[in-house]
Amino acid sequence: QQRTVTGLVVDSQSGESIPGATVMVQGTQRGTVTSTDGDFSILATNEDVLRISYIGYESRFVSVGERSHLIIELKLETFSFDEVVVIGYGQVRRDDATGALVSVSSRDFNRGAITSPQELIAGRVSGVQITSAGGAPGSGAAIRIRGGSSLSASNEPLIVIDGVPVDNDGVSGMRNPLSTINPSDIESFTVLKDASATAIYGSRASNGVIIITTRSGQHGKIRFNYDANVSVGIKTNQIEVFDAEEYRQVIYDRFGENSNAANLLGNSRTNWQDEIFQTAIGHDHNFSMAGAYMDVPYRFSVGYSDQSGLLKTSDMKRYTASMNLTPTFFDDHLKVTLSLRGMFNENRFAPTGAIGNAILYDPTKPVFDENSPYGGYTTWMDGDRPASFSPVNPVAQLNQRDDTSEVFRSIGSAKFDYRFHFLPELVATLNLGYDYSNTDGTVVIPENAAFAYRRAADGTDISGEHRVYTQDRKNQLLDFYLNYNRDLPTIQSRIDLMGGYSWQHFWREDYVHATSINRQYLIAPERTIPTENYLVSFFGRMNYSLMERYLLTLTVRHDGTSRFSKDNRFGTFPSLAAAWRINQESFLQNSSVVSNLRLRLGYGVTGQQYITSDNYPYLARYSLSQSTARYRFGDDWVTMARPSGYDANLKWEETTTYNVGVDFGFYNERINGSIELYHRETTDLINEIPVAAGTNFTNILLTNVGSLENRGVEFNLNLRPVVTSDLFWETGFNFTYNKNEITKLTVVDDPGYQGAYTGVISGGTGNYAKIHSVGKPANSFFVYQQVYDENKMPIAGLYGDRNGDGEITIDDRYHFHSSAPKFLLGLSSRVEYKDWDFSFAGRASIGNFVYNDFAASNANYRYTYSNTYIQNLPKSVLDTNFESQELLSDFYVRDASFFRMDNISLGYRFADLINQNSSLRLSITVQNVFVITDYEGLDPEVFNGMDINVYPRPTTFLLGVNLEF
Amino acid sequence: FTIYEDPAAYRNVLAKIYGGLSLTGQVGPDGDQDVLGIDEGTSSYLRTYWYMQDGTTEMALWIWNDPGIPELQTNSWTPSNEINMGMYSRIFYQITLANEFIRESAPGRLQDRGFNQTQQNEIALYRAEARFLRALSYYHAMDFYRSVPFVTEDDLVGAFLPDQISTQDLFDYIESELLELEDLLVEPLQNVYGRIDKAAVWMLLAKLYLNAEVYIGTAKYTETITYAKKVIDSPYELESNYERLFMADNDQAKGIIFPVVADGINAQTWGGVTMIACSSWASDMNAQAFGINPWGGNRARRQLIEKFPDYSGETDQRAMFFTQDRIMSAEVIAEFSNGFSVMKYKNIDINGIPGSNIEHLDIDFPLFRIADAYLMLAEAVLRGGSGASSSDALAAVNAIRDRAFGDESGRILASELTLEFILDERAREFYWEAYRRTDLVRFGKYTSADYLWEWKGGIYEGRELPNHFNWFPIPASDMAANPNLRQSGY
Repeated sequence: QQRTVTGLVVDSQSGESIPGATVMVQGTQRGTVTSTDGDFSILATNEDVLRISYIGYESRFVSVGERSHLIIELKLETFSFDEVVVIGYGQVRRDDATGALVSVSSRDFNRGAITSPQELIAGRVSGVQITSAGGAPGSGAAIRIRGGSSLSASNEPLIVIDGVPVDNDGVSGMRNPLSTINPSDIESFTVLKDASATAIYGSRASNGVIIITTRSGQHGKIRFNYDANVSVGIKTNQIEVFDAEEYRQVIYDRFGENSNAANLLGNSRTNWQDEIFQTAIGHDHNFSMAGAYMDVPYRFSVGYSDQSGLLKTSDMKRYTASMNLTPTFFDDHLKVTLSLRGMFNENRFAPTGAIGNAILYDPTKPVFDENSPYGGYTTWMDGDRPASFSPVNPVAQLNQRDDTSEVFRSIGSAKFDYRFHFLPELVATLNLGYDYSNTDGTVVIPENAAFAYRRAADGTDISGEHRVYTQDRKNQLLDFYLNYNRDLPTIQSRIDLMGGYSWQHFWREDYVHATSINRQYLIAPERTIPTENYLVSFFGRMNYSLMERYLLTLTVRHDGTSRFSKDNRFGTFPSLAAAWRINQESFLQNSSVVSNLRLRLGYGVTGQQYITSDNYPYLARYSLSQSTARYRFGDDWVTMARPSGYDANLKWEETTTYNVGVDFGFYNERINGSIELYHRETTDLINEIPVAAGTNFTNILLTNVGSLENRGVEFNLNLRPVVTSDLFWETGFNFTYNKNEITKLTVVDDPGYQGAYTGVISGGTGNYAKIHSVGKPANSFFVYQQVYDENKMPIAGLYGDRNGDGEITIDDRYHFHSSAPKFLLGLSSRVEYKDWDFSFAGRASIGNFVYNDFAASNANYRYTYSNTYIQNLPKSVLDTNFESQELLSDFYVRDASFFRMDNISLGYRFADLINQNSSLRLSITVQNVFVITDYEGLDPEVFNGMDINVYPRPTTFLLGVNLEF
Repeated sequence: FTIYEDPAAYRNVLAKIYGGLSLTGQVGPDGDQDVLGIDEGTSSYLRTYWYMQDGTTEMALWIWNDPGIPELQTNSWTPSNEINMGMYSRIFYQITLANEFIRESAPGRLQDRGFNQTQQNEIALYRAEARFLRALSYYHAMDFYRSVPFVTEDDLVGAFLPDQISTQDLFDYIESELLELEDLLVEPLQNVYGRIDKAAVWMLLAKLYLNAEVYIGTAKYTETITYAKKVIDSPYELESNYERLFMADNDQAKGIIFPVVADGINAQTWGGVTMIACSSWASDMNAQAFGINPWGGNRARRQLIEKFPDYSGETDQRAMFFTQDRIMSAEVIAEFSNGFSVMKYKNIDINGIPGSNIEHLDIDFPLFRIADAYLMLAEAVLRGGSGASSSDALAAVNAIRDRAFGDESGRILASELTLEFILDERAREFYWEAYRRTDLVRFGKYTSADYLWEWKGGIYEGRELPNHFNWFPIPASDMAANPNLRQSGY
C-alpha cells in the first residue's frame, strides 16, 4: 500500500539539514531530492527501503515501516567521527588517536598504471617521500618518513601487511618486493609517523611504519567487480648527443679527416636512443567477488597484469589471487579473519647500462653488421676480439642478455579475536602469519655476445654466461595479545588496555652459480647461503580518555633480537602521548565554525635493529674464500679463512621523537587539516667508521657511534569548497619541511676529521661525491668550487682555493647542498559532477640536488678516440668544452627541484547499468603528465641524488574500465 | 666453537695472512673486500706499497687521477690521502690477522685442544711464519710512518685504543722478533713454494740494519753484512736470466727468496703485478702477445730512463723500454706517450706461451730476491761496515752487472764503486719493484734539492720537499679514531 512518506535529512554531527540529498526507493526508479531545507516527500510502502545518499556522506538504507515522517542522519564519509583507524595491534577511534598518523583509503590513491603499491600514496602524505627507482615496470621505490633516522642502517619504514610485518630485505629477482602485491587488493594505507604511534613496534619503528590493509568481504549481496586498463607509455625526453653529421665533424675537427680516428667512422645515421627504447604497452585486469555465504563474508580476487617497459625487452607479468574470509562464531564472540594471497611474477630485466651505451655509441655506425661474428651486431674490434673498454652495442646488450626471474610469493594470516563470554570487555587475539617466497632467476648470454667476451686459460674463448640464482624465504609470525576496553561512566572515563607477545622468525637461503655459457669457466662458484634471525617482543598499551576530552596513551615495547649479543639483546621502547580535544570544551562545543580542534603532544623512543643485511654482526666469524682467491703453498692452492670484523657490543640505534600536532576542522569539516612539528634525535647511530688500527679485523667497523637530528614541520589541508547535489569538489594540499643534521660521527671529536665519504661515482676508481660530516646534512655533496671565465664557461681544473693556502688540494673540497629535499609539497584535487569525475595529483620537491654522474664522466672529449674505437658524447660537453673528466667539480651538482604532475584522470560512470547495483565507469588517465624543472639531466627525481643511467619514467596514457554488478 | 678447534684450519688462516700481501678479498678479483673505504683493486697491499715506493719517485708516473694518486706522484699528500690510508690499513690488517693467529696457536692452546705432536709441530712452524709476516708489516710501518700504534697477540680484538710505539722501540721489537725467528724457521729452500724460510729473515734483518741510521740514528752496517752474507752463502743463487724473474713462470726462476704469489685462475687480483704490468702496457705494444690486457696508465719518468746510458736494452739487458711513438719527457702527466713504457713484466713463460688469464696475471712479485743481498753487502762495505772487504763488494756488484750485460762488458772498476753508483745500480736492478723511496731516503735524496726528478713536488722541473716527506702521515681516519696518536711533521 503506497503512501506518502515525508522526512528530513540532516548532518549527524551538526544536525543541520542537508539540501540536495538523493532519496530513492530501493528496487524502483522512484526518487527525489531534498529541498533547500532538507525535506523530502516520496511515495512508498511500509516494506520499502529508502536509500539516501549525498556526496561526501555515507549512504544509508532506511526501512520505512509504520512511520510517516523520518529523520535521517547522514554521516560524513571520510571524517565520520566513529571511524576507526588501524594502528599497531589494534585499532583506535579516529577521535581517540593521539599520535601522528595518516590514513589513505583507496578512494584517494593515485591513479595510473601502478604496479608498485608505494606509488599509490606518493605525494599524498606530508612527511613521506616516495621515490621510485625509475620507470621500469614494477620498479622499486624508496620511502623516507621524516627524513630517515639512520646513516648506514636501513632508512626504510617497517611495512605491515594485514598484521604481518614483512622482511626488510628485498625479494631476490624482484625490482620491488612490494610489487608482488596487487594494488587493487589494497583497502588502505596507514602511515604512522611519530613515536607515540610507532613505539608499539619498538626496535623496528625508527623510520616510521606503514600498515597496509587489504580488502575483505562484507555482509550483503554478492558483488562483482571487474577493473581493467590498457596503457601506453611513451618516452618524452632523451639525452642530447651529436648526430651522425655533427659527430663526423667533431672527429674531423679534433683529429683531422685522414686520422686514425676518422678512419673509424662509418656511413650510417643511427639514433641509438631510438633503437633501445620502445612504447611501453601494458594491460591490467582485476576481478573480484565479495559477499557473504552462509553468513561468512568473503572476498576473492584474481588479477593479471602485463607491463612492458620503455627500455626494450624489459617486462613484468604478474598473476595474483587473494582470498579473505571473516567468519564469526558463538554469537560474534569469536571473530576469525583469514587472509591468503599468492602472487606469481615473471620478470625480464633490461640492463640499464644500455642507456649509457646508446649515448656513447658512434652514431655513424649501423646497429647490425652482417660481417660481425658477434650475433651480427656492430662491434668495436681490437684485432680479432672485441676492443676492451669500448662502448658496447646497446641493442646487442638488450637482446643478447636474457635476464629473467620467476617469483612466487604468498602472504597469509589467520587472526582469531575472542571476546570472553563472561567478560565481554576482554578480547584475546591470536594472529598467525607467514610470508614465503621463492625466486628462480636465470641470466643467459650467448657465446657470441661481444660484451661478455672472455678468454680461457688455454687461450680458447669461453664467453657468454649462464647464471642461476634462487632464493627461498620463510618468515613466520605469532602474536598474542589481550585487549580490555571499558567505559567507566561514573568517572567519565574510558580505558583501553592491551598487552601481548610477539614472535617472528625470518629465514632465507640464497643460491648462486654462474659459468660461461659452455659451462667450462666458472664465473661465480656455487654458493648456498642460509641465514636467519628472530625477534621476540612483549608490548603493552594503555589508552585513557577522560570526559571525551583528555586523552592519554602510554605504550611500551620490550624487544629482543638475535642480531645482537646476549648482553645487548633486549631493549625497551616507551612512549607517551596526550591529546586535548579542545572543541569538546564548553566554549567550543556549540561552535558552528569549529568542528574539530585538537592538540596532541607525543614523546617516545624507538629503535632500529635492521642495521645490515647480515644477521650476525656481533659475532667473530671466519669465512672461506672462493676458488679464485686462494694462496699457493707448494703444489696446493689453499683456501683462505678470514675472520670478519665485528663489534661484540653492537646494539640498536635509538631515536627519540618529540611531536606536537594540532588537528583542526572548520565548517563541518569542509576545511580540515593538521600541523605537526617534530624533533627526532638518533643516538648510538649505526655507523661505519674507521676503527683504531690494530684493534679489529677491519679498518671500517659497523658500530654504534654518533648521532643525528631531524627537525621538521608538516602541514596538511583538505578543502571541500563545493558540496552540492550535482557538484562535489575536494582538494588536498600537503607541505613538508625537514632539516637533517649530523651531530656526532666519531668516538673522538676531531675537527680534522672530514667525515665518511659516500656516493661512489662512475668516473675514475673509488671517487666519492658525497660525505657525511658533523654539522652538515647527511649525504652532503663534497666537491670543488668551479671557477668560470668571463663568458661563464667553467675553466677546466681551476677551482676555488677555499682554504687559501695557494694550492688546490683535496682540502679545498666543500660541502655543497645535499640530495635530500628541503621542502616537499603535494597537491591533489577531485571534482565530481553528476556522473563525471575528474582528479589530478602532483607533487613538488624543492632543494634536492643531484650529481649528474653521467655528464661528469662522459661530457668531455677525453674518450672520444681511443686507438681502436671512437665514442660519442653528450652535447652538454658544449657547456664546458672539458677535455678530460673534471669529476668533482660542483658544476655537476645541480639544483634538481621539480614539480611533477603525477596523474590526471577523467571518468564517467554509467549508474544503474543493468540494475541499481550495477555500474560502469570508464576513465582516461594520463600518468607522469609533465615535469617542471631546471635540471638538465633526463629526470630530476633521482633517489640519493646520483644520476647514473636512470631508467626513464614514461608518460603513460590509460584507458580504464570498471564494471560493478 | 671456533675454527681453531680444527687443526687443518690453521693452514687456511695462514694462507689468508700470506694472501693478504697480494689478494684483496675473499672472492677474487673483487668482492667481499678486506680493507674498506677504498676501491678494492686499489686496496691491494702490493699495489699501495708500489704506489708509495715507486709512484712517489722518478720511477713511475700515472696518467690517471684516481683518488690519492695525483698527490702521491707529485709529493703533495696530506693525512687524508686514500692510498696512504689503504697502505696503513693493510699493514695493520695483516698485523691484526697475525696477532689472532699467534694467539690461537700458542703452545698451551694447541695442547688444550688435544692436537697430537705432529699437528703441534706443524702449527708451531705456521706460527713462526705468521710472526715473520707480522714483523715484515711492522717493518713496512716503520719505514713509512716511523712511529705507529703497537699491538701484539696480547691485545684482544675489540674496542680499545692502542698506544703509539717510538721508532726505537719498534726497531728493537722487529729486531728481537727476527733474531728469535732465525731459529724457528726452516732452512733455506726447505719450505714449499710460497712460504718463507730462514733466508727471508736474513733478508729482512739486512734491510733493517742497512736503514738503521734512518730509523734510529745508529749505523748497523756490520750487521747488514753479516746477514747479507748469510743470504749470499745460502743455497739461493742468482738467476742467470734477469728477464725471467718477471715472467709468468717466475716460480721456476732462481733467486727469489720471498715471492708474493698471483695466479690468473686461483689468485685473481687487480693489485700486485697485475696492476704494475697491465698499467705499463698499452694497446700499441702488442700486449696480447705478452698475455697482458693493456691499461695504458703508467710509464717511466725521464730520470729512470737516464739511469741507463744505453736504454735500448742491447747492452744492459735490464733496460726494457718501449720507445716507439713515445717521447722521453713527461711534461704532460695525462699523456701516455710522454715517457717511455716499461716492458719489465711479461705474462708469458720462458717459451713465450701466455699466462692463464689476460686480465689477472700469473707473475709472482719478487718481494725479496738475492740480488738485493749482493748490493746491500756492497753498500754496507762502502758505508764502513766490517765483515767483508772492498773486493767482496766489487765482486758482488760485478756479479749483478755480469748478469745484466750477459757478459763481462758491464763490469766496473774499484774506483768506480761509489755510493752514488750503488744508488743508480739499485735503480737499474730494482726499478718497478717498489724499492726506490726507501733507497732515496737512505741516501738523503728523497726530499733534498740535490736530486730532482720530473714532477717531484708538483712542478715539472722538480723541487725540494719538506723534511717530513721522508715519512708519511698517519691517516686522518686513524687520528680521528685513536686519540693516543701523535702526528709528526704533518
